[in-house]
Amino acid sequence: MEAFYNFLAGPALWLSFIIFFGGLIIRAAFLVGISRSKDGVFYNHFSWGWSLKSVVPWLLPLGTRGLRSQPLLGVVFFVFHLCLLGVPIFLFAHNLLWEEAWGWSLPALPEWLGDIGAWIVIACCAFLFIRRLVEPTVRIMSGAMDYILILLVAAPFVTGALAYHQWGDYSLNLVLHLLSAEVLLIVIPFSKLGHLILFFFTRAFIGSEMGARREQDGRLGARVW
Amino acid sequence: LDKEEAAKMSEAAINHKAQAAEAEQVDNSPVEVGKIKGILDVNNGARMKSWLGVCAHCGFCADSCFFYLAHDKDPTMSPAYKVKTTLGELYKRKGEVDREFLREVYETVWGKCTMCRRCSQYCPFGIDLATMIGVARACCNSQGILPEGLARTKQNIIETGNQMAMSSEDWVETCKWMAEEYAEEVHGLEMPVDVPGAKYMYTVNPREPMYYPQDLGMMAEIMHLAGDNWCVPSTGWDCTNLAMFAGDKAAASIPVKNMYDKAVELGVEQILMTECGHAYRSGNFEGPYWLGLAGGQPPVPVKHSVQLFWEYIVRDKCIKIDPDKMPDEVVTLQDPCNVSRSGGLWELMRELTRALVKDFRDMSPNREYNHCCGGGGGFIPMGSDFKRRRMASGKVKAEQIKATGATKIIVPCHNCFDQINDLNKEYDLGVKVVSFKELITESMIIPQEFIPPEEPEAAGE
Repeated sequence: MEAFYNFLAGPALWLSFIIFFGGLIIRAAFLVGISRSKDGVFYNHFSWGWSLKSVVPWLLPLGTRGLRSQPLLGVVFFVFHLCLLGVPIFLFAHNLLWEEAWGWSLPALPEWLGDIGAWIVIACCAFLFIRRLVEPTVRIMSGAMDYILILLVAAPFVTGALAYHQWGDYSLNLVLHLLSAEVLLIVIPFSKLGHLILFFFTRAFIGSEMGARREQDGRLGARVW
Repeated sequence: LDKEEAAKMSEAAINHKAQAAEAEQVDNSPVEVGKIKGILDVNNGARMKSWLGVCAHCGFCADSCFFYLAHDKDPTMSPAYKVKTTLGELYKRKGEVDREFLREVYETVWGKCTMCRRCSQYCPFGIDLATMIGVARACCNSQGILPEGLARTKQNIIETGNQMAMSSEDWVETCKWMAEEYAEEVHGLEMPVDVPGAKYMYTVNPREPMYYPQDLGMMAEIMHLAGDNWCVPSTGWDCTNLAMFAGDKAAASIPVKNMYDKAVELGVEQILMTECGHAYRSGNFEGPYWLGLAGGQPPVPVKHSVQLFWEYIVRDKCIKIDPDKMPDEVVTLQDPCNVSRSGGLWELMRELTRALVKDFRDMSPNREYNHCCGGGGGFIPMGSDFKRRRMASGKVKAEQIKATGATKIIVPCHNCFDQINDLNKEYDLGVKVVSFKELITESMIIPQEFIPPEEPEAAGE
């Protein structure tokens, strides 16, 4: 078990991060590459202003008409993403490890807050999973992968919380925590979770397309938020 | 009884078989997969890959769709589902599909979507679902699977350059006839044809010369009073583009090219368009891409008549409105998708409306967030099979109109015009549907110099 832990905490972790960042960069570079020949419309009407207007409100809690039309879901989306990104980066235990390994770390959350954040992610995943099962419009579109991705996202948080509270077999939970986190990192660039970066591209396009492209000669651009 | 029932059942079975055989006879030719693959490939750029790759099936788009709302939140009406089961499936199967599948696609992409683009405003990723539906339409069209009404108009465009197969002679004759008629209202009125260097080249929907020639006369009155140098072109006068909704880019580029070429040939400053929504989308936004024009811009600027009317009445005040002739009743305004959301003209339209009526009440939602009337995306000319569908989906628009309490509605789009007239009957809305030009000509002040001199009455008559 210890050897496996050392493998996961060592080379496997490096490899996961390389695949994660490399995968995202390659996916983005590939799309930018084909866009040169096939998406002239993007470049013809691109506008930084409309792109930002199209992105920023969607990152704010209930910042858009769409989010406000389903306020509960809108709040869940915001809190979920906030904790999903914030907890692993600012977790006290993670920063302690970085401090040990490299001699530097980020400002860390108090332990109790990191714990709450993790439980929020777990609760949101449960909510999204159940919603997928019971809401007809979502259920009809959902395939196995949609459910699996939610479980994949929840897994490192569940195992992390179990390890933190020392519930069950600590070393097993730690191994599962590392394993699930690494699987998640590797899956992100190649799945729908790639919206981590693609979100910015698709939003920039629609903002420019419906905003900048229309806003000429006394006309107005349509808001997409 | 048993015998009777058995006889009925066997009769039903025979009928069913006959129907099935008939359907098979209609089209049993093999699908040309290569054509579909070609369309999928051309459109498989970074945007398409991203859209297909990120849709998280979150369901946010559902509530934005009037089809979904009008059909008691039927999950199969949600925009993402419609795209997933049509274009999504076409990409997944790499175009290797059969006719039966394409007929299902047909039902969705023409029967359950008007490509109004409202869902894109509510999608967290801003996916352009209407564009994706458009690509699915193109795939069906490539196999001759498209609504009969659109197939007919497309054929007209290919053969004659305009959707109603009207000859240039008839068009010019109709203009001359209207000029004569309306010169009795406004002195000196003309409809000049092919004037080189004119400020505006006025283009129309062929149904105006065919069925509503008074629309031409009214426009001539307004243009003449404003005193601008304008003309109608003898060719390239049809600004509409139903081939666009058929998903046929080659055919769709024909009327646009005719129009651009004529404008360039005459050296006019701007192409002016009648109160039509999809014509504006075609001529100002999509056309340049079909023709591969640099920068995605038309060779000559394109102006919608709503904008021109706003300039004349609100900005320059060269057309004056008689307050005594302004309607007293409650008036509302339809935001055609391709004039507002995809045309950017909603605010000008409101300023113009306030200058023309005393009691204007907006619908909710409005402006670029307005719902499609249910007649867009080529629905109106698709034929009678589709009428039942547009009456059902138009429920949302009917309720919007009813809630304003209006007895008059201004509709600057021919397709919305027909749809709202039909909704008026179906839902007993009790509204009069008018265009801007109709409203303007009813209340504009005709200056003394434009009042025709009284002709001496002919003896004995």
